[in-house]
Amino acid sequence: MQFLFRYANPAMFMRLSGAVLPYVAAAAVLTLAAGLYMGFNVPPDYQQGMTVLIMFIHVPAASVAMSAYGAIAVCSFLSLVWRHPLSDTAARAAAPLGAMFTALGLITGALWGKPMWGTYWVWDARLTSFLLLLFLYLGYMALWNAIEDETRAARATAVLALVGAVNIPIIKFSVDWWNTLHQGESIMTGDLAPVFLWPLLTMMAGYMLLFITLWLIRIRTAIVERRARNLMQRA
Amino acid sequence: MFDQIFNLGPYSSFIWPAYGVSALALAGATVWTLAAWRGAKRRLAALEDQQAQKDKP
Repeated sequence: MQFLFRYANPAMFMRLSGAVLPYVAAAAVLTLAAGLYMGFNVPPDYQQGMTVLIMFIHVPAASVAMSAYGAIAVCSFLSLVWRHPLSDTAARAAAPLGAMFTALGLITGALWGKPMWGTYWVWDARLTSFLLLLFLYLGYMALWNAIEDETRAARATAVLALVGAVNIPIIKFSVDWWNTLHQGESIMTGDLAPVFLWPLLTMMAGYMLLFITLWLIRIRTAIVERRARNLMQRA
Repeated sequence: MFDQIFNLGPYSSFIWPAYGVSALALAGATVWTLAAWRGAKRRLAALEDQQAQKDKP
C-alpha cells in the first residue's frame, strides 16, 4: 500500500500522468482507427446482416461503462479506508465519462434492438439493470454537487458508489440468471466468429484507451483546479 | 471498404445514427475535457502571476 500511495501523491501523479498521456492518447486514436477499418470490412452476419456493425460500438461502450463504475468503486473503497484525497478526485473524475458511455450503450443498444427484436426497449433484466447504472451515475454526480463540504461529499458518494457496485455483477450475469431478450455471453464462450471477434476486441481496447486518456486529463484538471482554489483562498 | 460503407443494406437507417451518436459523444467528451484542462491551467497561471506580483518587494 505504501508503494501505491507514493505514486498516488498529486505531484507524482501529475509527473507520471503527463509522461504517459501522449502515448495512451496516440494508442487510443490508432486502436480506434484500426477497429473502425476492421469493423467496416466484415462480411454481413448470416442472421443480422450489416446491423452486426452496431455491435462494434455498443459492446465497447457498455463494457467501458461498467469498468468505469468498477474503477469508481475501487477508488471509493480506497478513499473510505485510507482517506486518500486523490482517490476521491479520481472517482469523481470518472463519473461523467462513465455516464456518457452508459448513455451510449443504451442508445446504440436501442438502435440495434429495433431491427433485431422489433422494439427499441424492453423491461428485461439486462436492459433494466443497465438503465439503473445510468441512474447510479447521475445520482452519484448529483450527490457530489449537493454537499458543499468536500470531505463529507467524498464520504457520502463513496458509500453510494460501493452500494451501487452490487449492480455490476447483476448486469454481467443478468443474461444467465434470468430469461432475457438480450443475447447471452459470446466473447468468453468462444461463440463469436473470429471475423467479428477481432474488430470487436480492437474497438473495446480503443474505447478503454480513450476512457483512460480522458480520465487522466480530468484528474489532472481537478488537481490544477484545487491548486488554483488554494491560491485564491490565500490571496 | 468504401463500397460497404455506402451499402449497409436495409438497416442503414439504424446503423448510421448509432455511429453518428457515438462519434458526436466521443468527440464532444474529448473537446469538453480538453477545454476544461486548458481553462484550469490558464486560471492557475493567472493566479500564480498575481501571487508573484504581490510577493515582489
